[in-house]
Parts: sequence; C-alpha cells; structure tokens
Amino acid sequence: MIETIAFYTFSAVTIVMFWIVVSSKNALYSMSALAAGMITISGFFFLLDADFLGVVQIIVYTGAVMALYAFGMMFFDTTREVKENIRAPKLVFLLSGLTALILVIAFAAPMVSDHIKAFYPMVEGVQNPQAVGIVLFTKYLVPFEVAAVMLLVAMIAGIILAGKKMDESLTLKIEEEFQEKGSK
Amino acid sequence: MTFSEFAIATIIKILVILGVISAMAGFGTYLERKVLAFMQRRLGPMHVGPYGLLQVLADGIKLFTKEDIVPQNTVKPIFMIAPIISAATAFIALAAVPLLPEFTVFGITVHPIVADINVGILFVLGLMASGLFGPLLAGMASANKWGLLGAARTVIQLLSYEVVTGLSILAPLMLVGSLSLIDINNYQAGGFAEWIVWKQPVAFVLFLIAGFAETNRTPFDLLEHEAEIVSGYATEYSGMRWGMFFIGEYANMITLGFLASLVFLGGFNDWGFIPGGLAIILKVSFIFFFFLWTRAAWPHVRPDQLMWLCWKVLMPIAVLNVVVTGFVLMM
Repeated sequence: MIETIAFYTFSAVTIVMFWIVVSSKNALYSMSALAAGMITISGFFFLLDADFLGVVQIIVYTGAVMALYAFGMMFFDTTREVKENIRAPKLVFLLSGLTALILVIAFAAPMVSDHIKAFYPMVEGVQNPQAVGIVLFTKYLVPFEVAAVMLLVAMIAGIILAGKKMDESLTLKIEEEFQEKGSK
Repeated sequence: MTFSEFAIATIIKILVILGVISAMAGFGTYLERKVLAFMQRRLGPMHVGPYGLLQVLADGIKLFTKEDIVPQNTVKPIFMIAPIISAATAFIALAAVPLLPEFTVFGITVHPIVADINVGILFVLGLMASGLFGPLLAGMASANKWGLLGAARTVIQLLSYEVVTGLSILAPLMLVGSLSLIDINNYQAGGFAEWIVWKQPVAFVLFLIAGFAETNRTPFDLLEHEAEIVSGYATEYSGMRWGMFFIGEYANMITLGFLASLVFLGGFNDWGFIPGGLAIILKVSFIFFFFLWTRAAWPHVRPDQLMWLCWKVLMPIAVLNVVVTGFVLMM
C-alpha cells in the first residue's frame, strides 16, 4: 500500500517539476525544478529496491545540474525572466509533443502486451552493487569499455582545449596588471 | 514486526535523531566559541548563565523572534526554500548512519539507524553533496552581488572536493567489499589494531581534507568568507532562515564525524575497556574538536588555491592510493 502511495506521490512531483522546467521563463526556476525532478526520480529506484542506482542518480545529477547552474550564472541574470525568441510556437509544440508521444508509446507497448521480462533477474543474497557489476562486466563488457574509452577521449580533448594557458594563474596575473597600472 | 510497529519505531527514531542532533548542533556553536576563545586567550561567552552556558538559548530566542526579511527583487520562492534544503539534506543524510551499537530498552532491541540500506555510505555522501544546493540557490536568488559570488564559489567547491571524497573513500571500500556502514564497522571488530586508518592513512587524511571543503569549514570556508565577500550566500538572510543554514552546517559536521569514525576509526566497536556507544561518541567529539582546532590554527585559502589543491595535489594522490591498494589486494 505504502509503495503505491509513494509511487503516485513521486510521479506527481516529478511530472510537475519537469513541467516547470519546460514552461518557466525564469532560468533559476527551471534549473531548480530540474534538480528537484532529477532527485525525485531516484525515489523510483528506491521503490524498485535498486538502492545503488537510486544513490548514483542523486550523486551524478547533483554534480551535473550544479555545472548547469554555473552556465546559467554566466549567461543570464537569473533573477529576471529570459526573453525567448520562438518564431513558430505551434510547430515547436507539435513536434516536441509528437516526439514525447512516440517515446511514451514505444516504452509502454511492451508493458501493455505483457512481453516485458527481466533478462538478469535479481539473485537472492547478492547485494545491489554486486548485481550491477556482474551484468556490467559480463553481458555489457564491450559497450562499457567503449564508453570508458570515449569518456577518456572527451576528457583529453577537453584538457587540450582548455589547458593552453594552464600554468598562468588568472588571479596573480590580474594582480600584476593592477600593479603595472598603479605604477604608471 | 508488523507494519504499524515498524512505522511507529521509525517515527520515534526520526524524532529522537532530529531533536538530539539539532540540540547538539546548537550546543556546537557554544563549544566553537569557547574553544576558539580558549585558543585566542579570550573568555568567549560568559554573561548568560554559568560560563555562558545559556548563550545557546539566548541565541535561539533571538533567531526565532527576529523579523524574517525577504528583500525586494529576490526570487521569492527559491529564496525561501534554500535554507530548508540546507537543513533538511543534512538531517536526511543522517538517516543511513548507524549512530550507536544495538541496545535494549524495556526488553525491546533498538537498532539506532533509521534506514539500513546496503549502500549507506554513498547515500550519506550524495545527500551531503546535494546539501550544497542550499547555498547555491540562496546566493543566486538573493539578487545581491556578494550572494552571487558565494553561489559561484559553491559550484567551484562542490566540483573540486567531490572527486577527492569519492576516490579517497574508494580504497577502504575495496578492503571491506561492501558499501553498508554496518559491514564497514563490523570489518573493524578486532579492536584497535584492526582500524582501517592504520591500513589506509593516506585515504583518511584525504577524506578529512575533503570533509573540510564539504562542510565549508575554515581553511575552505569560501562561501561566506567575511573578509572578502561580506557573508557570501547568506548576505541577505536574517533570523531563522539564516540560522537554518548553520544548523545544517553543524549537523553536517556531526555526520562527517560519524562517517570518519565509522569508516576509519573503528566505529562503534568496543575500544579496550570503553563500551562501543561511548567510544563512537568520543571519536565524533574528537573530530568535531579537530574542526574547531583547525579553524583557530589555519588561515583561509583563495578559491584558485582550493581548486589547485583538490585537482592537482589531492586527486592524483587519491588515484595513486586506489591503484596501490588494488595491487596489494591482488597479491
């Protein structure tokens, strides 16, 4: 019974939060609602006894959304409304609505026709992280390693792009400039 | 145990933990002022009650009765929610921490842990990290330049220390082979010589350093550094909303004390002749005192120094530590 109540509460909160994300014109509202929505999604994992994935959801999205906030801070005055320039609102609404509908149908169809079953059901006595590890390092080893290599490539590229002047400290440099201006 | 019994037991545990930890957080402010005063050859609070003991109560009355000001031009809902996030996450994180060993009262065995999930330590660290949404939202919503600077520093701080915390805690977890705080505690049941800190001294030091950044305590208290950015994210706050940030901060310090003692210092196992319950309280008190001691002894660092320290010094050491631990375990 309590699972049902929790499920519907979390569903309602998640849907409302993501509704705010797409409908609000204030960047701060959108980002806070995004963070809240991402964290409430972890509730579903906890309800399904997937504690590990639930916690990973919280940790990953805390860091990720935090980085998004940083961009928000750099590009907008977050206490004011953002003026959006949408030329064809009806078309945008139609396309995004259709995409969402197709996604929902694609994921709901197997559930309705009852063809969904677990390839790797939970084994009794195996803890959550172990279960994830077993599947990752047997069945999905190649995609896992490919993803790791791609992340490494992205990281190296990021360092090379950003690291051209890594040895100079911006703070110290500004202080030197101030002193040069002061001496003139 | 039936469902209603379980529900009642859980609610009682939650209320007791909320009450005790917020009282301890309040008393922590008194201790901090006394310890700092002692180290700086002052007296500290002396006037309210014997040795200023009732100062906490006076502060509480002041905070609760002060006018709750929400300035113009702020984003009001976010401005009002932010302190609640800070305090709530600090207490939710305590839900997965086993505070004391099992004990029996009136013939009922009590497990002093609200939710024994098998990924306890990750849950606590994740919740403590998401607690930084409090200062971030506060700074961004308050339409104040100091606030915005405080919020920017929050992001820097989170992105710097989170990697170090995760990697430093990974090496002891590899030894234990479980993420449950109770399993980690039982691994060290053999007594003083079995404490993980002897096997993982580097990880312990890294975890403590990252812990200072996590609870934004003094060498790394960039978010509300008075000398540079007035009061940072809390500039526009007053009354109880301001107080909630600090209840959250002190509760986080206590949580971090529990984490460090459970993972590295033998947890709530009996320590020689000292029973387990008392032993863990002593360890947490020592770590709390250590926080205050560092505050009296160390200057602040600059934000770029914090990033330099976390990414260029601590993270490579943590990675090396994990690699070495892996090799030792394989042999």
